[in-house]
Amino acid sequence: MVTQLIKGNTAVIIGALYAGCDCYFGYPITPASEILHEASFYFPMLGRKFVQAESEEAAINMVYGGASAGHRVMTASSGPGISLKQEGISYLAGAELPCVIVDIMRAGPGLGNIGPEQADYNQIVKGGGHGNYKNIVLAPNSVQEMCDLTIKAFELSFKYRNPAVVLADGVLGQMVEPLKFPTNAVQPQVDTSWAVAATSQTRQNLITSIFLDFEQLEDFNNRLQKKYELIEHQEVAYEKYMMEDADIILVSYGISSRICRSAVEQARNKGIKVGLFRPITLFPFPAKELFKLAQTGDSTFICVEMSNGQMREDVLLATRCMRPVELVNRLGGNLITFDQVMQKIEEIAKGGST
Amino acid sequence: MKEKVIGRPAGLYAEFPRKGGAAPTATHYCPGCGHGILHKLIGEALGDLGIQDRTVMISPVGCAVFAYYYFDCGNLQVAHGRAPAVGTGVSRALDHAVVISYQGDGDLASIGLNETIQAANRGEKIAVFFVNNTVYGMTGGQMAPTTLIGEKTVTCPTGRDPRYAGYPLHMCELLNSLQAPVFIERVSVSDISHIRKARKAVRKALEVQRDGKGYAFVEVLSTCPTNLKQDAGSSTRFVNEQMEKEFPLGNFRDRSDEVETLCRSVSDFTKGSIDKAFNLDTEASPDAVDDPDFGQVLIKVAGFGGQGVLSLGLILAKAACRAQRHVSWYPSYGPEQRGGTANCSVVISGSAIGSPIVYESNILIAMNRPSLEKFAMNVKAGGVILYDSTIGDYPIPEGVTCIAVPAMEIACKAKAEKAANTVMIGVLKELGITKLPTDVFAEALAENFAGKQKLIDINKNVLEAGAQWARDNL
Repeated sequence: MVTQLIKGNTAVIIGALYAGCDCYFGYPITPASEILHEASFYFPMLGRKFVQAESEEAAINMVYGGASAGHRVMTASSGPGISLKQEGISYLAGAELPCVIVDIMRAGPGLGNIGPEQADYNQIVKGGGHGNYKNIVLAPNSVQEMCDLTIKAFELSFKYRNPAVVLADGVLGQMVEPLKFPTNAVQPQVDTSWAVAATSQTRQNLITSIFLDFEQLEDFNNRLQKKYELIEHQEVAYEKYMMEDADIILVSYGISSRICRSAVEQARNKGIKVGLFRPITLFPFPAKELFKLAQTGDSTFICVEMSNGQMREDVLLATRCMRPVELVNRLGGNLITFDQVMQKIEEIAKGGST
Repeated sequence: MKEKVIGRPAGLYAEFPRKGGAAPTATHYCPGCGHGILHKLIGEALGDLGIQDRTVMISPVGCAVFAYYYFDCGNLQVAHGRAPAVGTGVSRALDHAVVISYQGDGDLASIGLNETIQAANRGEKIAVFFVNNTVYGMTGGQMAPTTLIGEKTVTCPTGRDPRYAGYPLHMCELLNSLQAPVFIERVSVSDISHIRKARKAVRKALEVQRDGKGYAFVEVLSTCPTNLKQDAGSSTRFVNEQMEKEFPLGNFRDRSDEVETLCRSVSDFTKGSIDKAFNLDTEASPDAVDDPDFGQVLIKVAGFGGQGVLSLGLILAKAACRAQRHVSWYPSYGPEQRGGTANCSVVISGSAIGSPIVYESNILIAMNRPSLEKFAMNVKAGGVILYDSTIGDYPIPEGVTCIAVPAMEIACKAKAEKAANTVMIGVLKELGITKLPTDVFAEALAENFAGKQKLIDINKNVLEAGAQWARDNL
């Protein structure tokens, strides 16, 4: 293993390079800009292609072009930029094109500020653009996972011909931690069965999302839903920490889950049985596992997220409201503090809140 | 006159199964529409130039949305106005591709104007065929950016009034102000003699692509009898007499002879090359080792931007990494970082780190008074505050050790004014409060100033001067 101290945003590009990413198209926005900077440095160094696009829309449509060619391509942005890309993401999903989009979430709505938030959950996990589509969504919680899940995102997006999003936040983008470098570099191959690669072999191929015929479009939509079901069946990923005997279950992803981890340790020291359930895939959401947890115990769930409870809605659905699901959150670019989580845990442990 | 049968252009399919319906050889275009003529000219050129295998045709949103029914080449259908951006992506990924962006006036000159100008300005290897018929066709006859003054459409029912709707956009003229395009010409497909000239321009634009020379733009004045409520004769007259007056025909630019083929790089996917790009052979640290007895050291570093606050934290993180500790570093960022004050959190730990943000620290290093005032109250009991002695007197929080370090003075004496932060590291090293072995600090400095031997030497001196001061005074 080779380890270096690496910034989260840089780790994304390291992952992309080892994952065989050929083209980077992006537009500057804080707190995601270092991804663009690193791409502009490393991609040309390795003969790979980099374009600073004129807009977020142009960047996502360049991705559409590169992806149509069957190449591994990506872009990255933050909330306001992701909002602008949503049209393109809908087209990518509609044309079943694989690509990776990284969202380093900041605080909104509108221009908001550049502090960290987790309020792009709905626009990324639930769609965001028009139509019945879903993104594959991976949520790292460390610099290591910023790299590893970027690689995973390429793998899944090509496996299912679907856009994959790495959903992180300002803290994960900006923080520095030791990164174990990937031990394998992907040698990308063009899938000539669908790509338009400007060759005789791919001359008959067509990339499109238009179906004039209503029945045809319904069939296509149903086929997409089948694909999502398959992804739900095969790709759910989560981490359980000290969950075996937990009376209180923290549900948290991304940077918030790191704060939760500290809280779990502290609470256990105080004799409170707390565990952490961390979704790593947000779509597919680990709903079955949460349902099982709700069914088998009399535990209380606490969602810890930097949004107005966007993920909590999915936890409520998954647990079918069988158990109380509390919310600990901060908004506006503020981080959830360790004390805030501890306070809620202690309150519930004393039976003070449901 | 003897009937002359001209063969089907090789670049078009013989039948159009993607279209479906009862007439497999008829297009979906209205009678009298100019698209069919332009399709034929492009299809002919694709065949004649032998570039069908290499060609990627991009269908826009508009009447030509179904161009892929007809062209026998690789086809993409894309979002409204975004064809030049998609074309950029295709062209960058596939350096050998002949990329065609086929767009109407609403698509190209209205919703996609930015993409159009920027792709032209980058000199992308794309042939853009711009069908200008002064009206939105597919959506039902609305005003286009190229609608003539006084011309009636469904959204300017009394005629385009420049007081409310501005003036027709002249795309060739606009793009001709840019440096990068190789070829720009405006033609018409209104009648036979015009079509002959258009044929040449289409061919030229595709030759520029065949030879990989860069951006080519052909504006095609075209008829839309359906939406402009014209018959065959009046639609031809409208183009020849009214449109041509507003949009004069002619070649604006042809630099195809002077321009060299533009070849872009070949991607390198080998692991060795990526490893080398990150200097993995020389700049690697050993992995962290779990050691729960070590506990955690929480450090906050704060000061003005430019005082090396963030790099001080980063050097501590590198030192911890070298000592095989778990470590994280998290800075204030954005405008906060660029103006005014900066701060960062460093967590050094014997086990996996939870939160990387330090609220209550064991060690605070404050390089200016505002930072000291902001963070001193959050130092844990038994903690240590190092602050620059130029800050002056400060009331010491209870249970905390406060040390005024003449960091700037020591740095100035060493003729390294910017290295006050390194003095602080020297003091930390000597005090041992980070619980890291003493040798890792100099190593971390060397790593931080990688390759700049002069800076490494200066900073090592300053580091020792800091340590010496601590030995002498504490």
